[in-house]
Amino acid sequence: MLEQIEGSQAVARTVAMCRPEVICAYPISPQTHIVEGLSRLVKAGELRPCEFVNVESEYAAMSVAIGASATGARSYTATASQGLLYMAEALYNASGLGLPIVMTVANRALGAPINIWNDHSDSMSQRDSGWIQLYVESNQEAVDVHLQAFRIAETLSLPVMVCMDGFILTHAVERVELPEPEQVDAFLPPYEPRQLLDPAEPMTIGAMVGPEAYTEVRYLAHYKQMQALDVIPEVAAAFEQRFGRSSGGLLRSYRSDDAETIVVALGSVLGTIEDVIDELRDQGVSIGALGIRTFRPWPSEEVRSALEHAKRVIVVEKALSIGIGGIVSQNVHGALEGTAVTIHTAIAGLGGRPITKSSLRRLFADGIAGELTGTTFVDLDHSLVDGESERMMQTRRSGPHAENMLRDVGIVGAGPV
Amino acid sequence: MTATRLKYFQTGSFAAGNRLVNPESRSVQSGAERANAITCGHRACQGCGEALGARYALDAAMRATGGDLIAANATGCLEVFSTPYPESSWQLPWIHSLFGNAAAVSTGIAAALRAKGNTHTRVVGQGGDGGTVDIGFACLSGMFERDDDVLFICYDNEAYMNTGVQRSGATPPAAFTTTTQAVGEEPGAPWGQGKSAPLIALAHEIPYVATATIADLRDLEAKVQRAMSIRGARYIHVLVTCPLGWGTPSSDSLRVARLAVETGIFPVWEGAYGDVTAVTKIRHRLPVEDYLQAQTRFRHLFKPRRRDALIERVQARADRNIRRFGLIDPVEYDPVALHVEGGS
Ligand SMILES: Cc1ncc(C[n+]2csc(CCOP(=O)(O)OP(=O)(O)O)c2C)c(N)n1
Ligand code: SF4
Ligand SMILES: [Mg+2]
Repeated sequence: MLEQIEGSQAVARTVAMCRPEVICAYPISPQTHIVEGLSRLVKAGELRPCEFVNVESEYAAMSVAIGASATGARSYTATASQGLLYMAEALYNASGLGLPIVMTVANRALGAPINIWNDHSDSMSQRDSGWIQLYVESNQEAVDVHLQAFRIAETLSLPVMVCMDGFILTHAVERVELPEPEQVDAFLPPYEPRQLLDPAEPMTIGAMVGPEAYTEVRYLAHYKQMQALDVIPEVAAAFEQRFGRSSGGLLRSYRSDDAETIVVALGSVLGTIEDVIDELRDQGVSIGALGIRTFRPWPSEEVRSALEHAKRVIVVEKALSIGIGGIVSQNVHGALEGTAVTIHTAIAGLGGRPITKSSLRRLFADGIAGELTGTTFVDLDHSLVDGESERMMQTRRSGPHAENMLRDVGIVGAGPV
Repeated sequence: MTATRLKYFQTGSFAAGNRLVNPESRSVQSGAERANAITCGHRACQGCGEALGARYALDAAMRATGGDLIAANATGCLEVFSTPYPESSWQLPWIHSLFGNAAAVSTGIAAALRAKGNTHTRVVGQGGDGGTVDIGFACLSGMFERDDDVLFICYDNEAYMNTGVQRSGATPPAAFTTTTQAVGEEPGAPWGQGKSAPLIALAHEIPYVATATIADLRDLEAKVQRAMSIRGARYIHVLVTCPLGWGTPSSDSLRVARLAVETGIFPVWEGAYGDVTAVTKIRHRLPVEDYLQAQTRFRHLFKPRRRDALIERVQARADRNIRRFGLIDPVEYDPVALHVEGGS
């Protein structure tokens, strides 16, 4: 059914149609509307049987999901930013135990400085946690990929993170085709756990494992995630067959088959990138895009065949690995090893800074002109950084960076000295 | 409600004398049909109070539920000594996730059971004092506050034993641990306000809170049984001795636990909905010195020189417990007790 609906509500309604049996959540912007919506559906009796547990932290949220999943319940939670970091220990545990929990990450920056706006720092920080990571471009895709996420998770007994841009998607009201419950039931069979806490058949889950088998257990986790490279496209194909639209999968190429320059990105910024590409194509520029929909497992071979014919690749990243630069581009480098493709890294949109068409046009033009070197910070205000560096040189007790720079910007905290 | 005390055999204890009791009142552990929830072959130290306490508690819970029980365990000695795979000791469905989340994992299990309409299977969460009163405290408090249908059992050996006897929030003042060594002006653990996890549990006004020790295993069994007859969040805090961390001979585990009770150091009580409802009276009150001297973790209070001031402070804490919980009926005061009261 087509509806004009907020992204979070669309996700809440979709998740509810997947019949989770336990939902546990702790509020954090911009995830709140999703769990508020779900709590309402459970409380109103529209989602039954389902337990909604208001936990006291994200660490508890993931832990409740672990207990519930191990007891055979389809389990769901959602978080963002600090919340994702706060559950980090439990994230590794859930994947290590092979529990098919599904979680929405409403992507948001990480503090300090505290910042509620969108970028990919949070989910990127957990890229090695053993969770499958799917990034969506639109709210339609958010709906579709959540349906697929449960099926992927339960097929492989691995947890799946659906990453959707905070605010940009979660709070955007747009037209979304919501599935019918019967379609969902036909697409998503009931959860059949591989391991179960069951008094009729007692088993020990989470035992101590020493050097004699630890490597093998970890290897298997890796192997299972790599299997997702087959399972994710299969599930996407099954989805397309039933729902009649293409969504999810590993990658999505946009006008890139013959492109000399290919822009690589994840999430909602792809929409803007595609608009700019259309304009440039009209001007005769040979440019296209590659959207990464599955970041973990990393579809290395698929990325390679999608990019190897290009002259250059510009990776637009909404996260920064401090001390090295790009995260996605490190992975792209790996995929393109041995090819002649030049790879540029552009860090953009941190902490909610808009990635505008004009900035992208400039970036792509610089890339094509061979003027990009090292890591580019799109729209970086050098004067702000220089001002703070100057202060640090002049006085030892220069104070906190963030407050100083905000004062220079003149938005908050500005007052007579 | 504690077990009915039968004074005609071994005083204040049910450790022996099952033969004298009618079959229904005999301990779970004495029955051939006991569950052996933690079966033999695990790797606990000899005389480990935690192994003993957990075995009695879980076998009692297994009996109370007809074996329809799931356990979630925090990281710690109990988890480590029982599961170097494939040698799991657990005869019931058992999960270990992390150090600090056993209560939340238990909540998740209970929620899943509820969602599935399973009203018969019950849930026990368990951990050491570190996993309960320190790193696991937020999850535990959340579980209490929501009144989730979980019995949480803390096996309190008063330090982080699994990592080599470091101080926890449950370590008593003056005790030696590897992070509160017996050096300096006030050797051993510092004198704080302490942290009574059972009283804090009680303050959540949950339907059942109890303390117990391995000195009275029949009492522990009875409390677990009682807890399992109730729905909602329940908490049992069991004092368990640790020969390694306390510096006691393995053969002394029960004796030292009994001294903790008889000196007033560890009050044994039951409570419900915010009130203490029953206390176990001290029958032969002893001075704290007897308890302290039995353990090398307090040796520095006596050697190389006696530190009377510190010993008196420990005594004052025990006296306060006795007054606060009414651990001694005035008529039952015995001469030792009077002597101690006079001296403190
Ligand atoms: C997050 C985290 N921090 C620290 C540890 C290390 N650790 C494992 S067991 C343990 C001590 C457990 O102490 P307690 O809960 O009192 O149980 P005990 O071993 O004394 O029975 C510690 C500190 C850990 N496993 N996880
Ligand atoms: S160190 Fe203490 S708690 Fe751990 S197994 Fe040994 S006696 Fe038991
Ligand atoms: Mg301990």
